[in-house]
Amino acid sequence: MAESHNPLDQFVIQSWVPIKIGEFDASFTNSSAFMLLSVICATALMVLAVRPRAGVPGRWQLLAELSYQFIAKMVADNIGKEGRVYFPLIFSIFIFVLFGNLLGMIPYSFTFTSHIAVTLTMALLIFIMVTLIAFFKHGMKFFSFFLPEGVPIILAPLMIAIEVISYLTRPFSLSVRLFANMMAGHTLLKVIGGFVVPLGFFGFVPVAGLVAVMGLEFLIAFLQAYIFTILTCIYINDAIHLH
Amino acid sequence: MAKLALPRIGSILEQRQNRIEDNLGMAQNLKRESEADAKAYEAAIVEAREQARSSIQLAIKEMSEQSQRRQSELNDRLVAELKSAEERIGEAKKKAMSNISETAEDIVLDAAESLIGVAPSKDSIRSAVLNKLNERLEG
Repeated sequence: MAESHNPLDQFVIQSWVPIKIGEFDASFTNSSAFMLLSVICATALMVLAVRPRAGVPGRWQLLAELSYQFIAKMVADNIGKEGRVYFPLIFSIFIFVLFGNLLGMIPYSFTFTSHIAVTLTMALLIFIMVTLIAFFKHGMKFFSFFLPEGVPIILAPLMIAIEVISYLTRPFSLSVRLFANMMAGHTLLKVIGGFVVPLGFFGFVPVAGLVAVMGLEFLIAFLQAYIFTILTCIYINDAIHLH
Repeated sequence: MAKLALPRIGSILEQRQNRIEDNLGMAQNLKRESEADAKAYEAAIVEAREQARSSIQLAIKEMSEQSQRRQSELNDRLVAELKSAEERIGEAKKKAMSNISETAEDIVLDAAESLIGVAPSKDSIRSAVLNKLNERLEG
């Protein structure tokens, strides 16, 4: 019974459909299920909401259109015209992370973005993709990215080292930011929730705190999806324009 | 997402943008047309006002001329009537004078006969009466 009150229990990966490929565990887990659910919800929103193709949009169509325009503007502002090619990818990342965060707000659900395995995989994929784009676009000139213009030659070794470290830590900062925020938020909710019943009459105090933190968590859910996406845009912009 | 959802939303937004731009263009054309119509209307009003002013001036001029002509005709007619009346008065006066002369001659003849018992001649009485009447008329 004591284990069920552990704030970290909510992050336990449970194998729903065990699948083994040799030594590799490819089981369908609760994390996989919520990732799939996120994809289904996002696709349903974007496909079904715009099905009426109304000139004056309804609520759902407006939501889909606003999401589209929000990301389109983000791409245009941060990457420019050349960013249009990457718009579907960036939009998919945003909507996938956003739905992952929001689905995690449903009680007894699972927040797959609170797992470093998920966020780091996404961040590494973005990092590798961005590096490949930069190499394909600029060839060896890509390495000039690590030495900003106007830097005195005496500072070059130091600057190159700093820039290389900064570049290589990108996937980690990108993934840890999202994972840590989501994990900390959900843990905090669970911890505060754990105070409600033991406090008896005064349980309303942690309930009020829960309501406030819940509001904050919704904000963080949007904000982290936004930050993850805008950083992806900035990385792509760096790859295309090299500073 | 890239094949199914996003192109559909993109096309909806593009269609709406095109429709908005068409409507804005149409509104701009209609605005230009209405401005041109308003200008034409203003010009027509100014022209009509000018025409009305010149018509009024022409009418005033014609009425003035007509009035002067009628005044002149009335004056001529009055002068003619006055002249005719004066002539009639003169003739009446002359006729009255001749009647008065005859009556006066008879009275003078009767008075002379009664006073002095002698009847003066008709010619001397006529000339005396005529002289006296002429003196009175001239005086």
